[in-house]
Amino acid sequence: MNRLLPFFGFLLLVALLGFGIWWNTQHDQREVPSPLINKPAPAFVLPTLDDADKTVSKVSMLGKPYLINVFASWCIACGEEHPVLMSEAPQLGVPLIGYNYKDAPDDAKAWLEKHGNPYSVIITDREGRTAIDFGVYGAPESFLVDGKGVIRYKRIGILTPEIIEKELKPAIAALAKEVQP
Amino acid sequence: MTSTGFRAIRVFVLSFSLLFAGVLFAQAIEPLPFKNHTEELRFQSLTRELRCLVCQNENLADSNADLARDLRREVFEQMQAGKSDAEIKQYLVDRYSDFVLYDPPVKPSTWLLWFGPLLILLAGAAVVVVTVRRRSRAGIAAAPAERSSVNEEDDW
Repeated sequence: MNRLLPFFGFLLLVALLGFGIWWNTQHDQREVPSPLINKPAPAFVLPTLDDADKTVSKVSMLGKPYLINVFASWCIACGEEHPVLMSEAPQLGVPLIGYNYKDAPDDAKAWLEKHGNPYSVIITDREGRTAIDFGVYGAPESFLVDGKGVIRYKRIGILTPEIIEKELKPAIAALAKEVQP
Repeated sequence: MTSTGFRAIRVFVLSFSLLFAGVLFAQAIEPLPFKNHTEELRFQSLTRELRCLVCQNENLADSNADLARDLRREVFEQMQAGKSDAEIKQYLVDRYSDFVLYDPPVKPSTWLLWFGPLLILLAGAAVVVVTVRRRSRAGIAAAPAERSSVNEEDDW
């Protein structure tokens, strides 16, 4: 029995390795959980893409929940996400705010011209300064902000139909329930 | 070699040199106006302790990612504004979580990380102590039969 001990030790290591491999297929190692969930969204005042003289701010958005989607014309994954937003945005029940991240306005406009525009309004952050406050580290990212200006949910990476069904819609539904009473 | 072959090589060499031209450009684009050498050293040691979120095995000092450049600028400007290293780190942790720190802080959720290796070491030491004691006791008791037991080990 004692002689088999090293073999069992080996089996244990193999099991650990297998678990590690399985874990990595289930989890994105690059994903950094945001410390901003359930904390007030950072204050922002950003010009809109259509008219740089007009601004949208956190204060002007207070009162109703909304979904911010960080995108850029240079971002390849955003192009992958875009058709999903095009089809899902009208059924979300909250306005979809485009956050054009470190992009040239002309590039962004041309990109939207080509792929369609699912956003109810688009704000621009050319320098990416406000994005740092939001803890953005790569597009696409999406933030669900409630009527009090608190970030309730964040998705890092593409919003797939599955993620929207399983995570985003329940989060939005939970917000809608809170408003009722 | 065919002319298309030569062309392929030329294209390859050209794109290769362009690749490095890009690297040189990216390195040279960012000379930050430090007040003195001490400040520069402080900036370098601070950015070396911070992780780039985009290429996560690189620190802020080394990374060429766009976000790393923005964050370096942020760190630099906050240094200019008189913020301490701890304040600058806290600023980044508030936005990007402890993940930006190369040294994870010691707190309940990281106790296993910090003290786990020590636990394993202690467990190993315990096993060694127990084994040595058992063998020495067995050795004394079975001294006359020592030879045969050694042979047995060899056969296996």
